[in-house]
Amino acid sequence: MPAPSLGDYLALSAVLFAIGAAGVFVRRNLITILLSIEIMLNAVNLTFVAFGRALGSADGQIIVFFVMTVAAAEAAVGLAIVITLFRHRESLNPDSFTALKW
Amino acid sequence: MTPFYLFAAIAVGASLLVIAQRNPVYSVLLLIASFGALSGLYVLLDAPFVAVIQIIVYAGAIMVLFLFVVMLLNAPHEETPYDEQVHPLMRPGPMRLGAVLALGLVVELIWALEKGAESGRFAGGAVSNVGAIGRLLFTEYAFAFEVTSILIIVAMVGAVVLARREGAR
Repeated sequence: MPAPSLGDYLALSAVLFAIGAAGVFVRRNLITILLSIEIMLNAVNLTFVAFGRALGSADGQIIVFFVMTVAAAEAAVGLAIVITLFRHRESLNPDSFTALKW
Repeated sequence: MTPFYLFAAIAVGASLLVIAQRNPVYSVLLLIASFGALSGLYVLLDAPFVAVIQIIVYAGAIMVLFLFVVMLLNAPHEETPYDEQVHPLMRPGPMRLGAVLALGLVVELIWALEKGAESGRFAGGAVSNVGAIGRLLFTEYAFAFEVTSILIIVAMVGAVVLARREGAR
């Protein structure tokens, strides 16, 4: 097998991102949806690091650092919202939270 | 077999299983496996700093937060009796949408591989020095770094306010 090239890393990243996107659309569980978002963020991180390596620059790794910080903040607030919603309805199904739906 | 294909297979397989699991606890644990494989890929890309951060922050902190909430809510059974009988990925809506997404991905991948087939190995000159990354972080990216700390404080306060019980003082 040949040594992996930039295209291989980008293809893997695309596959992971598609898996995450499919999870968001397909699953009806708030926790799993948040996990799918984490998969997508990690696919993007892989793209950043692969491009940074290909260009010989450290900027890709620094952007990954910021993406991880945002992911941590998103997880904390998202899970707090999930806990509050669960207290109201005893459910994790997004279809049961329709109070703002027209 | 090069390590790349091993780690890639683990990452894709674990991510697929994250989506296919009914029990969120298994999903979280499989996602930790996927993050471990991604950390290996970062090592292959000469980025040890990101690899270690991936393990410590992602697998160690964020996923433990997820696991804590999953166990706090204690709701392993999702949704309705219908959902209990039919596997999440085998329902009619997801099947159709998944087929469209998979087709789009295959087309995109073929297109990308056709275009970038000649981009061979990586050139030399990787920045794998943690000191260089830290210096860049505190000089060129100092403003973004400080803004990130404000973001974390806001997220912390927001999480506390949101998750607080109504009427608790």
